[in-house]
Amino acid sequence: MHIMEGYLPAAHAAGWFAVSAPFVVAGGIRLRTIVRERPQARMTLAAAGAFTFVLSALKMPSVTGSCSHPTGTGLGAVVFGPAVMAPLGVIVLLFQALLLAHGGLTTLGANVFSMAIAGPWVSWAVWRLASRLGASTAIAVFLAAALGDLATYAVTSVQLALAYPDPASGIAGAVLKFGSIYAITQIPLAIAEGLLTVVVMNALSGRADQDDEIRSLSGEVK
Amino acid sequence: MAARRSLWLIAATVAIVAAPLVLGLEGEFKGSDDLGTDAIVAARPDYQPWFQPLWKPPSDEIESLLFSLQAAIGAGFIGYMIGRRHGAHRDDVARR
Repeated sequence: MHIMEGYLPAAHAAGWFAVSAPFVVAGGIRLRTIVRERPQARMTLAAAGAFTFVLSALKMPSVTGSCSHPTGTGLGAVVFGPAVMAPLGVIVLLFQALLLAHGGLTTLGANVFSMAIAGPWVSWAVWRLASRLGASTAIAVFLAAALGDLATYAVTSVQLALAYPDPASGIAGAVLKFGSIYAITQIPLAIAEGLLTVVVMNALSGRADQDDEIRSLSGEVK
Repeated sequence: MAARRSLWLIAATVAIVAAPLVLGLEGEFKGSDDLGTDAIVAARPDYQPWFQPLWKPPSDEIESLLFSLQAAIGAGFIGYMIGRRHGAHRDDVARR
């Protein structure tokens, strides 16, 4: 999902910065509020950041014969809500842009939007919906993490299609083209991320399948 | 019960990730991010990136070192958290 340095036209790069900036600021404020109100949540917050740090470093093979990496943003989005993942994602993406030449500073706004905003919000919405429909915590977390991961790559495909529409088939054709590179590759990895998120969530809380599992992680119950 | 399920979930995760290699699927297993960049270049051969990374890892080895470092820092912290929780739980039980 990393759009490489310099590969978004300047106007697009600026546009995605403008879209992402308010989310990052709001997320920073939310982060401060959580830490102030529930200091015991600090460790889980750090773990949520660490989880996306690990998963976004792991490039895995997929059925399409190419490699891609999960995003790991679903865990934090489910426990703390999607807002906090924006600033945490900025840290991960900055690390990769500065030390790995992976992603970039000019494309940071676009990459933050796909990985640290769109993905987490989809995860959170799926989590709320699945829980309301009566899914168990494990199933709801699995769906949230997997679909949030997929959403990130779908958004990347759209971002590239907007910047590079196909001369014949336009933006829609380009979405399909970039989608075949990113989104299809991502399907098995999204499933793997969903499974792994359930395992790590259970291990962090030590309360698998209990009603208060998520709220114990977020520090709302002891 | 939950521990056993976790083992199964980890096994399934490993199977999903290993399947493309074990099944011997065709492909070079290049990164999708690079393939995306290739597609841009194919669509717009005249496009020049207007900004270059400030610093690039000088070799693939250094790049994989930094990627492993990223994963190790994250995994190390999560492991520490899980261990802390186990310790806290044991103390709780001991105090009762």
